[in-house]
Amino acid sequence: MRKFDTKIQHLKYKVLREVARQAWNDSLLQNVLDIPKIIVPGKVPTMRCCVYKERAILSERVKMAMGGDPENPNVIQVIDIACDECPAAGYEVTDSCRGCLAHRCEDVCKRGAISFDHNHVAHIDKSKCVECGQCAKVCPYFAIVNRKRPCQIACKVKAIKINSENAACIDNDKCTNCGACVYQCPFGAITDKSYILNVIDLLKKSKEQGGFKVYAVVAPSISSQFTYAKLGQVIAGLKKLGFHAIVEAALGADMVAMKESREISEKGFLTSSCCPAFVKYVKTAFPDLLPHVSTNLSPMATIAKYIKETEENVKIVFIGPCTAKKAEAQLESVRPYIDAVMTFEELQALFDSRDLEITELEEDVLDNASYYGRIFARSGGLSDAAAQGIKEQNIDFELKPIICNGIEECRTALMKKSKNVLDGNFIEGMACIGGCIGGAGCLTHGVKDKAEIDKYGKEALEKTMTDAISVLK
Amino acid sequence: MKITVCIGSSCHIKGSRSVVEQLQYLIEENGLGDKIELGGTFCMGNCQKGVCVNVDEEFFSVTPDSVKEFFENNIKAKM
Repeated sequence: MRKFDTKIQHLKYKVLREVARQAWNDSLLQNVLDIPKIIVPGKVPTMRCCVYKERAILSERVKMAMGGDPENPNVIQVIDIACDECPAAGYEVTDSCRGCLAHRCEDVCKRGAISFDHNHVAHIDKSKCVECGQCAKVCPYFAIVNRKRPCQIACKVKAIKINSENAACIDNDKCTNCGACVYQCPFGAITDKSYILNVIDLLKKSKEQGGFKVYAVVAPSISSQFTYAKLGQVIAGLKKLGFHAIVEAALGADMVAMKESREISEKGFLTSSCCPAFVKYVKTAFPDLLPHVSTNLSPMATIAKYIKETEENVKIVFIGPCTAKKAEAQLESVRPYIDAVMTFEELQALFDSRDLEITELEEDVLDNASYYGRIFARSGGLSDAAAQGIKEQNIDFELKPIICNGIEECRTALMKKSKNVLDGNFIEGMACIGGCIGGAGCLTHGVKDKAEIDKYGKEALEKTMTDAISVLK
Repeated sequence: MKITVCIGSSCHIKGSRSVVEQLQYLIEENGLGDKIELGGTFCMGNCQKGVCVNVDEEFFSVTPDSVKEFFENNIKAKM
């Protein structure tokens, strides 16, 4: 079964796996310059114009696997030399234009930007064109195309610009770290920094020197991942890697939902704070609405805080679908609780760097949270949990949630709220389409993922959030 | 006296919530609230023997059905 959606993910994985292998063997420093040649050994290029460019790009990928550029605060970075400088000219007439006589393109263009040569073939005057796209819509031959860069199409917050070298560059202030561009760039030129070496370091030190234990907090979207194995085998694999205990981030979600439902009823209006990309977006695009963002830490930080406050000598690694969590973990309010963040992609590389065939392991178990905490992983789940929190705590409040599936829907709701025309009292803001299961750090994004989350939710031993959190102090 | 009950996944499935609830009740019923500190942990590394309970560093394997007996013999008797 395929482990990844794209070949770019597979390439990134091969680099991560090799870096991790060398790190486990204490040979990374010695062999780091050889890794590109280990991955592209021959003389025949398979990806770029020549093996030398391939290896040059690979050495940049190795840097990213080792934490990326420390001078750049963003966890998402462009690998300049990997950027293929895709055409970004906007609307253009292609050679599919047959020089017809109807000239619908000309009639529909309100700017008079379309002219014709002696063969009746259309041309667009870029100084007049406003990129409205009407001409492309009416052409019966689909001869007019919109040339936009996939990264810019993916980035709905418009944080990607083109620099003087014609490569993509990220406006760090606008970037929400969601990773949409990472997943969408067909050349793999944008990628997330990896902290896999920090994770290996923690696991090794815990085993060899002792003195502390490493806990893994895993996001509920894990149930839609590693589909070639059983979830219990993934948990067993984590223990084999050296994690002492595996705890569901969904238990943190149960804690958050109980608190958040009280907060909504007290304040009358609230937005969620679980999705770090959404919170960053509010900060940058709608700063006036910031006081309405829930004061709760995210489920990841909430459960990690609980663990660190109740147990001694613990280090915590969050494992999830999200690149923005890597940025969240650097926030001052979260940094004391989370020691490293890893994506599912990186976990796959970590398993394989130890040649751990998880399908051969005996199943372990994962069961801390309730149904509601677990369905946080998909769009709508957080609102369901907030409604349940109101019910379980007998709060007299009618919840009217606005479920925002993806950052564009978030923008619409926030815009309405800023103009006081929003018909609702709770914004569930999720930057990724589908919720966390659509995160850039997922191995695969399948159509059945939502069903997997609901199934996993129903398997929880605890049916209410009150019961799930009753064992906590 | 410090009692720590494992609330990790494996013990949770074996009924640690019930163990915690029963212990809370028994501690209160016997008026030992100020003498006993009841806490949880996410793994004691002894998953096969769950529900894992530590009483001042001494390990016990408890089930929801044996909580009362465990409390009488190992907690109340030692107070």
